[in-house]
Amino acid sequence: MGRLIVCTLAASLALPFAAGRAAAKDTLTLGMVLEPPGLDPTAGAAAAIREVTYANIYEGLVRIDAQGKVRPALAASWTISPDGLAYTFHLHSGVRFHDGAPFDCSVVKFSYERALSPDSTNAQKGLFEPIAAVACPDATTAVVTLKRPTASFLFDMGWGDAVMLSPASIASDRTNPVGTGPFRFVRWVKGDRVELERFSGYWGQAPKLARVTFRFISDPSAAAAAVMAGDLDAFPNFPAPEVLDRLKADPRFSVVVGTTEGKTILALNNARKPFDDVRVRRALAMAIDRQGLIEGAMSGYGTPIGAHYVPTDPGYIDLVSKYPYNPEAAKKLLAEAGVKPGTTIEIKLPPPVYARRGGELIAAYLEQVGLKADLVPVEWAQWLEGPFRNGDYAATIISHTEPRDLDIFAREKYYFNYKSEAYRSLFAQYQAATDPTKQTELVGALQRQLADDEPVVFLFALAKVGVWNAKLRGMWINSPIPANDVTGVSWAE
Amino acid sequence: MRRISPSLGLGLLITIFLVGVALVSLAWTPYPPTRIDILHRLAGPSAAHWLGTDPFGRDVASMLMAGAHSTLAVALIAVAVGVGLGVPLGLSAASSGGWVDQLVMRIADLAFAFPALLTAVMITALAGPGAVNAMLAIGIFNIPVFARVARGAALAAREQDYVVAARAVGRSEAEVMLYHVLPNISAVLLVQMTIQFALAIVADAGLAYVGLGVQPPQPSWGRMLNDAQTYIFRAPLLAVFPGLAITLAVLGFNLLGDGLRDHFDPRMKER
Repeated sequence: MGRLIVCTLAASLALPFAAGRAAAKDTLTLGMVLEPPGLDPTAGAAAAIREVTYANIYEGLVRIDAQGKVRPALAASWTISPDGLAYTFHLHSGVRFHDGAPFDCSVVKFSYERALSPDSTNAQKGLFEPIAAVACPDATTAVVTLKRPTASFLFDMGWGDAVMLSPASIASDRTNPVGTGPFRFVRWVKGDRVELERFSGYWGQAPKLARVTFRFISDPSAAAAAVMAGDLDAFPNFPAPEVLDRLKADPRFSVVVGTTEGKTILALNNARKPFDDVRVRRALAMAIDRQGLIEGAMSGYGTPIGAHYVPTDPGYIDLVSKYPYNPEAAKKLLAEAGVKPGTTIEIKLPPPVYARRGGELIAAYLEQVGLKADLVPVEWAQWLEGPFRNGDYAATIISHTEPRDLDIFAREKYYFNYKSEAYRSLFAQYQAATDPTKQTELVGALQRQLADDEPVVFLFALAKVGVWNAKLRGMWINSPIPANDVTGVSWAE
Repeated sequence: MRRISPSLGLGLLITIFLVGVALVSLAWTPYPPTRIDILHRLAGPSAAHWLGTDPFGRDVASMLMAGAHSTLAVALIAVAVGVGLGVPLGLSAASSGGWVDQLVMRIADLAFAFPALLTAVMITALAGPGAVNAMLAIGIFNIPVFARVARGAALAAREQDYVVAARAVGRSEAEVMLYHVLPNISAVLLVQMTIQFALAIVADAGLAYVGLGVQPPQPSWGRMLNDAQTYIFRAPLLAVFPGLAITLAVLGFNLLGDGLRDHFDPRMKER
């Protein structure tokens, strides 16, 4: 209420001055379902961190663009040695962080070594693991030497986890992020919003927007109401697909359906009974009708998947029909594995609608094969702390939004507790392969291995259902990596 | 025997109907309330599905029946908690007087200072969501209500001649309260119970609406209302039916309470 009065007051004061010619709007209020647990993408796994900070506040040497391609960022250009082991990055000169600190090769060295160090809190340490050394022949040249050729290295360095932080700011980036991006952090009102403003000292092309506000609204109906009331200019990942028909009919809005890297899974703790038995995991895969799940929980927006890979990823193979929906076969398999009818499975459900609504549907599917589901709603921070960090769960529904992250199933320690030597050796071969044909072949083998072991039940790829003001230009249609890059966004006159 | 007033009659009828539906739902519902049928999702009312189906294709009529059961169970236990703890507190305050009375009543005043539903939300948020915690949370804010009502009625009853007589023949204070005062204030308590029952139904629906009540997949009216919210433009009836169910239940218990109060009111006698 107070804010409303202030706004009205400000508007009435501004009116006489604006009477001449209405200036184009240069602010943006954007809705997100989840509030980030912090604002440092080098110290947390949550996609929401990247959805606020990526490309807006922080930049890496390279970046991923709206089409999922690697583009120059802080490195203007680069060369790769013929053996694929040395990457020479030519950095932009005169780049400064928001706190005034200069960006040069020493920061690159600091950042990558920090991610590699044993006490690193980086959620994607694996991306940096191939790095052998970082050298600085001069201030604007960084030479990164690898232990072995790594095909995905450039793409990996475009992730939110590989951005450059001002060395002086690392202790406080969680709450007061300092990067080199075109937007500067202003304030974070916990539970409500994060505000950014244009950084006047930006090295590159200045963005059109002067102020950007990210608002956090987890309740789907509240999100829908906020969009319809015009409180938000955009909701790039709109959580209430059932109201889309109405929004499509409204000329004030653009409704754009694209793809994401969000692999939605029923994660199973393979270290716990009965999920240590592959027959149980396969039975669960057959007990759930993926298409029905997409219809019921997501109003039809989404694509079934059969492994941890989405159709837009290079080398995707369709394994959806590996475990067709068949409750009878599932029951038989469960009986074979010695799972008694009436066994209760606890499923933890984080806040997004795919989990909360999907959980209710999955509970009903499990009931059809004689299992009982105990649904436990958890907050995002609880989910990160419990299932994700400490492996404290039996089953949970979650979407992994990191692109092409087949590596998580090869990790020594990860919350699925999937320990397959066959998969690990395939993954090592894939990482070392430099020949594109060989790579495609191996990425197919990895997907087949996953579908065969079904360490988790692969459900569907999230669609990116974006709703925004029809006058807004430059919003991302697809989501090749978790990001709400607003650097190219503007308002039509 | 006095005539049953229209409001009492209607209240009784609705209450009996709801209790009947809740009991029947234990043995039979048109469909299992959690059974999904994606092919027939969001269907309107028909012969197959009397009240239509929800976004998962579950039968709304079956869910409402099962929801009646859980709502009434929560309200019943919540009121029982309030009566079970509140009445003894109120009676002991009335019989002891002095500092015990002061203490109990000031604590009750303190409890009244917190909005009831807000307290329930706080308790379930702290203790975790679920049917049992909802019962306790709603029950806890019922305790001071019954303590106060029991004390007030008991203080008045204590001065009656039959109580004085009972005390004169040497009955202990506890016996007086239990055998002479309590039976004579039971009508007041019964009326209060129906009123609190109606409030408990609203509280249960409210808790479920914000996700703190009975957990899915078990159906509840409040959550059905919440789930229906975003579908309001596609399937408006989805929100209407649980809304009507809550309204009907609250109306039924309020009418019952009103009717009972008039029925037991001595001033209404021999009209």
